[in-house]
Amino acid sequence: MSRILIIAEHDGAALSPSVAKTVACAAQIDAAQIDVLVLAASAADVAAEAASLDGVNRVLTIENAANEKPLAAVLAPQIVAATEGYSHVFGPSTTFGRDLMPRVAALLGVNQVSDIMSVEGSHTFKRPIYAGNAVVTLDAPAEHVVVATVRTASYKAVAGGSSAPVESLAIEAELPSHTRYVSTQAGASDRPDLQTAAAVVSAGRAIGSEENFDLIFALADKMGAAVGASRAAVDAGYCPNEMQVGQTGKIIAPDLYIAIGISGAIQHLTGIKDAGTIVAINKDEEAPIFEVADIGLAGDLFQIVPELTNAL
Amino acid sequence: MDKILVGLKRVVDYNVRVRVKSDGTGVETDGVKMSINPFDENALEEALRIKENGGASEVIVVSIGPSEAQQQLRTGLAMGADRAIMITAEEAPDSLTCARALLSIVEREQPGLVILGKQAIDDDNSQTGQMLAALWGRPQATFASELAIDGDTATVTREVDIGMETIEIDLPAVVTVDLRINEPRYVKLPDIMKAKKKPLDELALADLGVEQAPAFAHTNFAPPAERERGIMVDDVAGLVAALKDKGLV
Ligand SMILES: Cc1cc2nc3c(=O)[nH]c(=O)nc-3n(C[C@H](O)[C@H](O)[C@H](O)COP(=O)(O)OP(=O)(O)OC[C@H]3O[C@@H](n4cnc5c(N)ncnc54)[C@H](O)[C@@H]3O)c2cc1C
Repeated sequence: MSRILIIAEHDGAALSPSVAKTVACAAQIDAAQIDVLVLAASAADVAAEAASLDGVNRVLTIENAANEKPLAAVLAPQIVAATEGYSHVFGPSTTFGRDLMPRVAALLGVNQVSDIMSVEGSHTFKRPIYAGNAVVTLDAPAEHVVVATVRTASYKAVAGGSSAPVESLAIEAELPSHTRYVSTQAGASDRPDLQTAAAVVSAGRAIGSEENFDLIFALADKMGAAVGASRAAVDAGYCPNEMQVGQTGKIIAPDLYIAIGISGAIQHLTGIKDAGTIVAINKDEEAPIFEVADIGLAGDLFQIVPELTNAL
Repeated sequence: MDKILVGLKRVVDYNVRVRVKSDGTGVETDGVKMSINPFDENALEEALRIKENGGASEVIVVSIGPSEAQQQLRTGLAMGADRAIMITAEEAPDSLTCARALLSIVEREQPGLVILGKQAIDDDNSQTGQMLAALWGRPQATFASELAIDGDTATVTREVDIGMETIEIDLPAVVTVDLRINEPRYVKLPDIMKAKKKPLDELALADLGVEQAPAFAHTNFAPPAERERGIMVDDVAGLVAALKDKGLV
């Protein structure tokens, strides 16, 4: 039987939505027992949330003041100490998991399966490579623990409403002091979260300035949508980095994605492959984005976007 | 600090539209343009700037894989690296084996800093830097968009999902960089000539005494599910109607 340990991402107060998706992936493995591990300064609230997820058998907590912020070098040795008896250790393929899980894998002496998009068997997985231009099927050796990250855009969150038992773990691990948290600069936004929103409106280089981005915000707010951007728009300083969608930004799967003044480079498209409906607004009828768009409108965004905002 | 070690991976150029071989055994790489992994160029640029600002005395570039990667090392030398180490292996090894090989170079060279790209654009794994830091027992600062060295510590700004995170790490350490950290310099012709005279050591992975990590079997490569081209509408009214039709607004 597979025993899967999922490392919970959270901000100290609430569980990240990435965890319910990681559980959904783990639940694809036959006869899996799924435990969630919460490392925190004080774990109760986050653990209670994790315990409510369907399919979770047990929630384990490791409380330590050093776990206040998720520093990979501090968390990894504690996770390793907790993995005894598990056949799989999973984390989400968010920046949290991408930073942390390879460190865990190396300490356990195994390679990592990055970005699982499909479970084909307890040790067989599919994952995207070359910016999503190819999908590889791989077999992880059965005699070793499988350490993996889960491409959250490939999975729908499991429902809540259950109540798994919560147990606190006492582990012994030497924690380093060579890595210290200083600060976070988060774009305070009351808009929906880019990674979980049902609708996303994104703008590219064509938006031209930070001020012009207000056009995009206005449309998004009218629709209750999150706001994204291409790398070119972020690089030009029109919007902050956390809005970037694509190979090196966020991989998202909203029901509706509206790409405005975005050409459709492969590195951008890899971030929206699983979107339900893609709408493209671009003044160049030949733009590659139209090859993947379900609905295309050729024209000048500075005309179309205000008109669309009014029409909705 | 004395030395900075930078990893350069040879990958299919980012402009190439990669195709899966029809028999599903891999992707087409014959006759395809190869380049330095873009993030690794940023890693090297950052190391060169630290050196030019007096923060280090030597920049060493290292690559692991088929010996053709010497081309990418030569480019790295032309950009300004002082010397290169080619660790040859028949195929680019898995991440953990790479990390072990890098660790053996780290033990030999004792760099104050290792800078790598945050991911390679071929396998998109994003693992080697974190693994090296783990095996070395040293700090890691991944996805860096700003790096400031101050004596024995570094302050690193990292691009994370919620925005930017700043951490402080003791050196030596491993930093993996994002594209936004800098704009890599262009190589000039005279630099290419000069680079030919710079030292490039070749070692076989097998001779490093590195244990091969448990590897995955890659059993099939397939193209991704294609999205179909949809409809074009003429105006905003048409767009709104199409969205209403799908129940999206
Ligand atoms: C290693 C690597 C990783 C990368 N990762 C990412 C990533 O994660 N995400 C990402 O997005 N990119 C990424 N890129 C960059 C990517 O290759 C493209 O350069 C980028 O996506 C282009 O952004 P864009 O579409 O906004 O700009 P452009 O390609 O410049 O396109 C602008 C578009 O706007 C249209 N336009 C101009 N004016 C108007 C107007 N008035 N009205 C309507 N349309 C107009 C133009 O016709 C054009 O199609 C990466 C590149 C590399 C090398």
